[in-house]
Amino acid sequence: MTGAGEVQSERTRLAVAGARATVAVALRNQPRRDVILHALFAGLLLLAILLALAGLAALLIQALVRGAPALGPDLFTNVPSTINPEQAGFRPAIIGSLELIAGVILFVVPIGVGAAIYLEEYADKTRWWNRVIEVNIQNLAAVPSIIYGILGLAFIVRGPLDLGFILAAGSLTLALLVLPVVIIAGREAIRAVPDSIRQGSLALGATRWQTIRHQVLPAAIPGVATGVILAVSRALGEAAPLLLVGAVVFITFDPTPFSADGYSALPVQIFQYATRPQEAFQELAFAGVIVMLVVLLAMNSFAIWLRNRYERRW
Amino acid sequence: MTSSKWFMILASVSVLALGVAACGDDEESSGGGGDLSGTIRIDGSSTVAPLSEAVAEQFQGENPDVRVTVGTSGTGGGFEKFCAGETAISDASRAIEADEVEACEKAGISFEEVRVATDALTVVVNPQNPVNCLTTEQLKAVWGPASTLSSWSEIPDLEDEFSEDLQLFGPGTDSGTFDYFTEEINGEEGASRKDYNNVGEDDNATVNGVKGAPGGMGYFGFSYFTENEGSLKALEIDGGKGCVAPSVETAQNDEYVPLSRPLFIYPSGEALEEEVVKEFVDYYLENVNDIAEAVGYIPLTEEQLQASQDAVATLG
Amino acid sequence: MDASGSGAEGPGGQTASRLQAPGRRLGEKTIEVMLALCGVLSVLTTTAIVISLVGPTIGFFQLVPIGDFLFGTEWTPQFEPPSFGVLEIVVGTLNVTLWAMVFAIPIGLGAAIYLSEYAAPRVRKTVKPILEILAGIPTVAIGIFAVSFLLPEVIQRFWPGDFLGGAVGKPFMALAAGLGVGLMIVPIIASISEDAMSAVPRGLREGAYAMGATRMEVATRVVFPAALSGIVASVVLAISRAVGETMIVVLAAGSNPNLTFNPVESIQAMTAYIATTATGDISTGSVDYKSVFAVGTVLFVMTLAMNMLSIRLVRRYREVYE
Repeated sequence: MTGAGEVQSERTRLAVAGARATVAVALRNQPRRDVILHALFAGLLLLAILLALAGLAALLIQALVRGAPALGPDLFTNVPSTINPEQAGFRPAIIGSLELIAGVILFVVPIGVGAAIYLEEYADKTRWWNRVIEVNIQNLAAVPSIIYGILGLAFIVRGPLDLGFILAAGSLTLALLVLPVVIIAGREAIRAVPDSIRQGSLALGATRWQTIRHQVLPAAIPGVATGVILAVSRALGEAAPLLLVGAVVFITFDPTPFSADGYSALPVQIFQYATRPQEAFQELAFAGVIVMLVVLLAMNSFAIWLRNRYERRW
Repeated sequence: MTSSKWFMILASVSVLALGVAACGDDEESSGGGGDLSGTIRIDGSSTVAPLSEAVAEQFQGENPDVRVTVGTSGTGGGFEKFCAGETAISDASRAIEADEVEACEKAGISFEEVRVATDALTVVVNPQNPVNCLTTEQLKAVWGPASTLSSWSEIPDLEDEFSEDLQLFGPGTDSGTFDYFTEEINGEEGASRKDYNNVGEDDNATVNGVKGAPGGMGYFGFSYFTENEGSLKALEIDGGKGCVAPSVETAQNDEYVPLSRPLFIYPSGEALEEEVVKEFVDYYLENVNDIAEAVGYIPLTEEQLQASQDAVATLG
Repeated sequence: MDASGSGAEGPGGQTASRLQAPGRRLGEKTIEVMLALCGVLSVLTTTAIVISLVGPTIGFFQLVPIGDFLFGTEWTPQFEPPSFGVLEIVVGTLNVTLWAMVFAIPIGLGAAIYLSEYAAPRVRKTVKPILEILAGIPTVAIGIFAVSFLLPEVIQRFWPGDFLGGAVGKPFMALAAGLGVGLMIVPIIASISEDAMSAVPRGLREGAYAMGATRMEVATRVVFPAALSGIVASVVLAISRAVGETMIVVLAAGSNPNLTFNPVESIQAMTAYIATTATGDISTGSVDYKSVFAVGTVLFVMTLAMNMLSIRLVRRYREVYE
């Protein structure tokens, strides 16, 4: 018995030693060319990231440098001025943008989450109409934003809804634009919740809706929240559809959602300033870019914090 | 716990936005000054917009309860909204066209063409360029639809020696500037050579382009020239009466031909029935000459101003 | 209260609901219907888009023969006489998109591979959010950056002399917009590809390492092919976004319809044409205004086709683990 065991371990020992030696030889004998190739490859990858980061840095620095002369608290409290561009500010545009995205959130969260829940929890994926809805949502996520502007003009401002050129119409147009993003993110978040959670809840006698409401949704909220924030960031930065649904560029009072007096938004105002000849307007355009970047940075940081704080590991 | 926190965040964002809006409203209604109140919507040409904006700003300064907004949907887009009754005044860098007149008539909107300023379309070249003056025939030779000129030396009857390559910069084909220039110089609206640098909405690009190319030539509105007078040279244009440089005097005296174009506003009869609009339009005409030069346009002459005021009187 | 032993089915199963009290089942049904309506809204949106485009497009084709539109080579709607060959602005869009992808694919994929296979977790944690910031930058800002910095300071400074006509003296060019659009879509490619690569099971990698493969070999021969469906999906999505981008091309690419793929020429993209014409000075009853809707239809059809292609490709190449 002992003899066989000793022979076994001897064989094993030899085998292991042989394997080790082979691998060591193979590694040591890597041709020079391969080593260089691998280092080059890693270097190229690093270069790729650095280029992307450099582009971002250049953009931020240029905006800061060109827009610095116009920065100051006045930017937030003053109204646009054509006579005195040095004293112009973005107040109505900022308030307009805030109200626009408040409207977007109010629309997009219930409907987006609702659609995501339906598609993931209730829909029978073999039915054709459910597949149509799925494909539809993916298509809508890729449609250019200016097409949504045309849609808004034809259906929301005029046409069936006939809201007129009010801020709520702009809000609705933007909401339709980013709804697919929320739905897709929501579906991912709901899908990530393990089935065992659902099964456990149903096993205890809960109805399907109770399961969703008390188990699935709370677990999916970080993912949904990330999706909503991504959607809101996109909506905040879009100018093209708003140009078509009536955002004006000169307004000296604070806009409100339903008044027919007109409204403006930050990216629209920036775009207009960038094409005016006076140097003061150019500075204003860059200052506006800085304001937008700061807001977006804040929102993105909030999203990341949210994701890290509430992320659950299954 | 997390879901209620989430709803709280949502709720506070909305409340915050609405609260700020409400606060804003309060500020507006407190204030002395004029006792006029109401809303005036203006939309249309982005060329006339700076003028309307400046007037609106001053007017609102004196009448804090009045709200004026100015949009830049373009002359055509402005008329579309105007003839649908959605705006009170339409800014226009060209006269209203037949199909637009028809649309207004169908909707029962009456209007008048009110001239508010003149724009002197300026042809600019690089400061190194020795040429000072071009005739309209020479301009047509350069810009006409059949033109294939590629160098300054190829321009017929050019007195100066200059052999740089022609680098042409022009405004977008859907702008009033393009329409006006092609009609006056090439004889037909829209008739132009196709191979020039089209700068679209951004006339600043013409400034930069001509600055950067020794043989550059471009055209745009007067305000873009006055803003960049140090780095560009304006050509004198010979429209049959000798070489004339663009300036306030020459445009007003009708010497700078054919490139002075009128700028209009179109108030509607219905809007003028409201006191606030009537006051605004009167204020506009009273003050436009002071404002025009500041914004970069040519003020109206006494006669032109009187004609405009008469036009408003027939309507209101 | 039913202490029902729930069936083995998952969310789509019927066993659970069959064992519930009838009243509750009605409430459940109502909720299901309400949620279904949310999903149906997407179909309504697509229908609305189609309707808003179709009417004026048909009006347009009553005035302009469809053959001229699809096969003509000059797009000069406001010139006299007008020409409506849409190919010129389609190629304009493709020109910008091409250079955007030339820039974004290597950088996006390189970043994705680096983050997924090479980077230490701490590096990953800092770099990934920074890339997401890039994704959130408003396109107006990127457009202004492209035309006021990338064009004069980067392209015009480093472009070799007169190659392809030279870059000097041009206020707009396709490459400037291409770099801007590329910068905008790098995060899309990087983040979706990186997610796809992370989803490849560690077992595959470890098996390869155990057989003596190097990091580079694992990255290129094991992980990349395994994640291919996600990578392809990200690239197609990026192309869709590039084709549909408006503000960057309006500010940086120009308004010169030009049938060329030359990067240093100025071109006009379809989206830019729609934006500037719809807000320009032309009369809204005219044929050039209607051309806006015809171009919009072309754009919509293009993004639809690309999306269908993406779905099909993903289905074909998707690897299922366990």
